[in-house]
Amino acid sequence: MASTVFLALQANEDTRLIIEAIMEDNPQAELHEYPAMVKIDSAGPLTIRRVSVEEKIGRDWDLQELHLNLISLSGHIDETEDEMILAWAE
Amino acid sequence: MQIDLRTVTIKPLRHTFSHVARRLGDKPASRYQEGTLDLQADVNFHYRPLWDPEHEIFDAGRTAVVMADWYAFKDPRQFYYGTYTMARAKQQEAAESAFDFVEDRGLIEMLPPDVRELALQVLLPLRHLEWGGNMNNSAICAYGFGAAVTQPAMFHAMDHLGIAQYLTRIGLELADPAVLDQAKEAWMNDAVWQGLRRYIENTFVLSDWFELFVAQNLVLDGLIYPLVFEAFDKALTRRGGGAISMLTQFMREWRNESVKWVDATIKTAAAESPANLALLQGWVANWRAQAYEAVKPLAELALGQEAGAALDDIATAFDRNLNKLGLSR
Repeated sequence: MASTVFLALQANEDTRLIIEAIMEDNPQAELHEYPAMVKIDSAGPLTIRRVSVEEKIGRDWDLQELHLNLISLSGHIDETEDEMILAWAE
Repeated sequence: MQIDLRTVTIKPLRHTFSHVARRLGDKPASRYQEGTLDLQADVNFHYRPLWDPEHEIFDAGRTAVVMADWYAFKDPRQFYYGTYTMARAKQQEAAESAFDFVEDRGLIEMLPPDVRELALQVLLPLRHLEWGGNMNNSAICAYGFGAAVTQPAMFHAMDHLGIAQYLTRIGLELADPAVLDQAKEAWMNDAVWQGLRRYIENTFVLSDWFELFVAQNLVLDGLIYPLVFEAFDKALTRRGGGAISMLTQFMREWRNESVKWVDATIKTAAAESPANLALLQGWVANWRAQAYEAVKPLAELALGQEAGAALDDIATAFDRNLNKLGLSR
């Protein structure tokens, strides 16, 4: 399906809560666990919200910190300071 | 010969420790959860302590607050030893470089003499109050129940000690070591400080550790920090004392961060039962009234004519926060 976007992150202490936050914000997303990596597939836009992650990890979080653990992604990126949306433009 | 490389996924038999899995299910848990949940020893005690034969050595009954589960408390910062020390190390580096900057640029010499004198009078005796905060939070850690409360209480105790040390250093930046003795003298005898000294000394003899938490962490810090490190700081800056503001940056940062834990703890206890709520209400009403009277002379010393209005603002903000926690004044 062409409209599916994905986000692949390393599976570690830092990302566990980020992944939790993403999965709660995106009920349509599917989580696939691989050795040392997780891949989040989503049919439709995938949103990573700064506030949700901050709530989970209990400290200020810069959306750019995602890149520390980001392996790969697909989709067009619409990024602000508050959220990053992955989607294929119509 | 041909070799095929392939990935084999090995499913771990268990994802976390049994004590964590019993609560959260067998899935990967955070270090904070692993280092907090059910760490408190709660069965198989031997003799009761001679100094308190009414209670077991670790006993949830040392406070009138009743919780079905003492791990309902959560530290929103998710501090365990590792994250706590890393966070503080980073802040200490920032504070050190602020001190270096102020020293290198000779900013202290450029302070107006009256500003320097006022800063000494207000900030330096506070180190004795901060030491009281250290004592009180150590007591909460010692007599409290459940690692979810006692762990952050110990961090809080060390933070208060650290702040007392920073205040001492500020004193030494501003003047010579003799000012420390003068500040002690003021703390012991000066009318400005006697209310606060009475307050903190009264909290030393509280036997209910949760009441101590309310009196120290919620009420006293809730009034002192906005007064000294926000309102007084702004007043000093307006009068050309911006250099001192650089040296107290840690206190502001710390307050904004640690108040999340204090608020979350109060909120959880208040939401547990109407009995807890009534208990907390009573404690807050009692200690808030005393604390308000105690900080008044300090506000007048620090802010002069603006003291009344500033203290009103601080009290209003404090009461508004109480409402958010499910309490009222």
